[in-house]
Amino acid sequence: MGPFELICPAGNPAALRAAVDAGADAVYLGFRDETNARNFPGLNFSRPELAEAIAYAHARSVQVFVAINTYPQAGNLAPWQRAVDDAARLKADAVILADLGLLAYAAKHHPDLRLHLSVQASAANAEAIRLYREAFGVRRVVLPRVLTVPEIARLNAEVDVETEVFVFGGLCPMAEGRCSLSSYATGLSPNKQGVCSPASHVRYEPRGEALASRLGGFTINVFGAGEPAGYPTLCKGRFVPGGGTSRDPAYLFEEPTSLNALALLPELKAAKVCALKIEGRQRGKAYIAAVVAAYRRALDAFAQGLPVPALDLEAMVEGGAQTTGAYTRAWR
Amino acid sequence: MKSTLTLGPVLFNWPAERWRDFYARIADEAPVDAVVVGEVVCSKRAPFLAPVMDEVIARLAAAGKEVWLASPILVGSDRERAAMRDLVESDLLPVEANDMGALALLEGRRHAVGPFINSYNEATLAWLAGRGAVAVSLPAELPAASVAVMAKTGAALGLSMEVQVFGRAPLAISARCYHARAHALHKDGCQFVCANDPDGMPVSTVDGQPFLSVNGTQTLSHGYLALAAEIDRLRAMGIRRFRLSPQDLDMVAVATAFRAVLDGARSGQDVMAELRGMTAVPLENGFFHNMAGAAYADAPAA
Repeated sequence: MGPFELICPAGNPAALRAAVDAGADAVYLGFRDETNARNFPGLNFSRPELAEAIAYAHARSVQVFVAINTYPQAGNLAPWQRAVDDAARLKADAVILADLGLLAYAAKHHPDLRLHLSVQASAANAEAIRLYREAFGVRRVVLPRVLTVPEIARLNAEVDVETEVFVFGGLCPMAEGRCSLSSYATGLSPNKQGVCSPASHVRYEPRGEALASRLGGFTINVFGAGEPAGYPTLCKGRFVPGGGTSRDPAYLFEEPTSLNALALLPELKAAKVCALKIEGRQRGKAYIAAVVAAYRRALDAFAQGLPVPALDLEAMVEGGAQTTGAYTRAWR
Repeated sequence: MKSTLTLGPVLFNWPAERWRDFYARIADEAPVDAVVVGEVVCSKRAPFLAPVMDEVIARLAAAGKEVWLASPILVGSDRERAAMRDLVESDLLPVEANDMGALALLEGRRHAVGPFINSYNEATLAWLAGRGAVAVSLPAELPAASVAVMAKTGAALGLSMEVQVFGRAPLAISARCYHARAHALHKDGCQFVCANDPDGMPVSTVDGQPFLSVNGTQTLSHGYLALAAEIDRLRAMGIRRFRLSPQDLDMVAVATAFRAVLDGARSGQDVMAELRGMTAVPLENGFFHNMAGAAYADAPAA
């Protein structure tokens, strides 16, 4: 197999151009509505913007994947089906889907459209992946962040499907697409509306010298004076295990940390992973340009057998902390 | 048409004797029609239940219960895959699939689709029905408008459609064990600390507000989802199966109360009042009413 493909996020046309110019092999993006899992205000692409983005990328031999990876609403399938139709019409190189009904629709109506299985489908074993392959012709699976690298290697030995894994950016500690924490606190969920811990439900409350971050009716964290206050993503908050005030609050689910699997390139290559994915469609073009360029340099060096340069990305990761997440067993 | 009352699998790490005795009492006393058994959360716990599993199944079957085996929610590791394969290939009882891998292995056989498979719309239901599913249990986060569409489509497809009406709402599953993490342990050396919390480990906010419940790798709501007052509306939509998820309280009394609502012998509001008397855990119905799941809509619109 060839070198790793580098799959990069874009939340708007400027970010797409930045990713393409910095060395992406493919850019993934979504339409400006609830059909994609990064449905944030001011983000994503209109149909004309997608057409322009594809022209810009294809002129530079870069692919464009369209994420249509929320779960269509019962009784209202049209926006999701139209998104697949439009991605096909505008010559996207692949669509990234999660819902069984939408996969069936795409396979039936667009037999030539390349289908990728979204991380939101959480296909974590060979049996599941073979089913998506046989039933819908899925060509690539974005693996959920629940597997160790040895498990990925064993999985790849058993399936005739390309695999793509996240290597950098935000990290869900929960199996993706199987989490209703956000809708429990706010009514809005990744699966239904494409949002997690939405800004519309976030409030910051001063408490003397401290600052509390709230999501819906719940306090997600309290930051002391001088402590940098992070965004209250529910699973990255401080909570009291055991309940009440029995113990000190702790990062029960995950610390405010970012995934960085750069150190695992040799293992991921040996595991026969095809593509490496950077998270962050909500990020600005400067971030995208810096992260993509750094990973491009690293992958080029790796492909040539040269030492992989360290990434100067400390300023860009959440809370300054990095993790290799579920790829190493101790994370569990 | 007759309504089926289903008892979902025990999600918590109960000692094998307690688990066996629980089902013995369910077999003898609980007016449930169907019982789903099996360890769905953690493959490390399953060996403890294995010695009493056959006895429990036989006892339930002898009592006339329709018994289903539940497949694990998250199947990634070799141990989890082996457990899933064993379950499906044993072919002793019909299986409720909770992961797409199990669904793959069940093709062509009568099976149910559990609440941990993402069934969000009618197109997905049609695909599931085409592969041999006979019943689908809907995800807890679906609002009434979606449930109505799913119930109608499911009926037309010949599917028996189910909604959870009691018990903590399952919210997330992970490869990481939060019970172990809360005790500064790793999953591999977890010492089975989840057994200390037979109704889940309470998790509160920094302010001491009850919020979530941790059950090993699973995260649940703190409150008990309770849709007793919505049963008539669910039936009018075409929902035919009603799931109770076991908690650490008198589940025979809970089942008896819900049975009485299904039989038209008691009002849902009356049963909600009884449930409030049985537990200090708040009752929640927000997901169904298109609100935050943790919310409670006091006077549900008919």
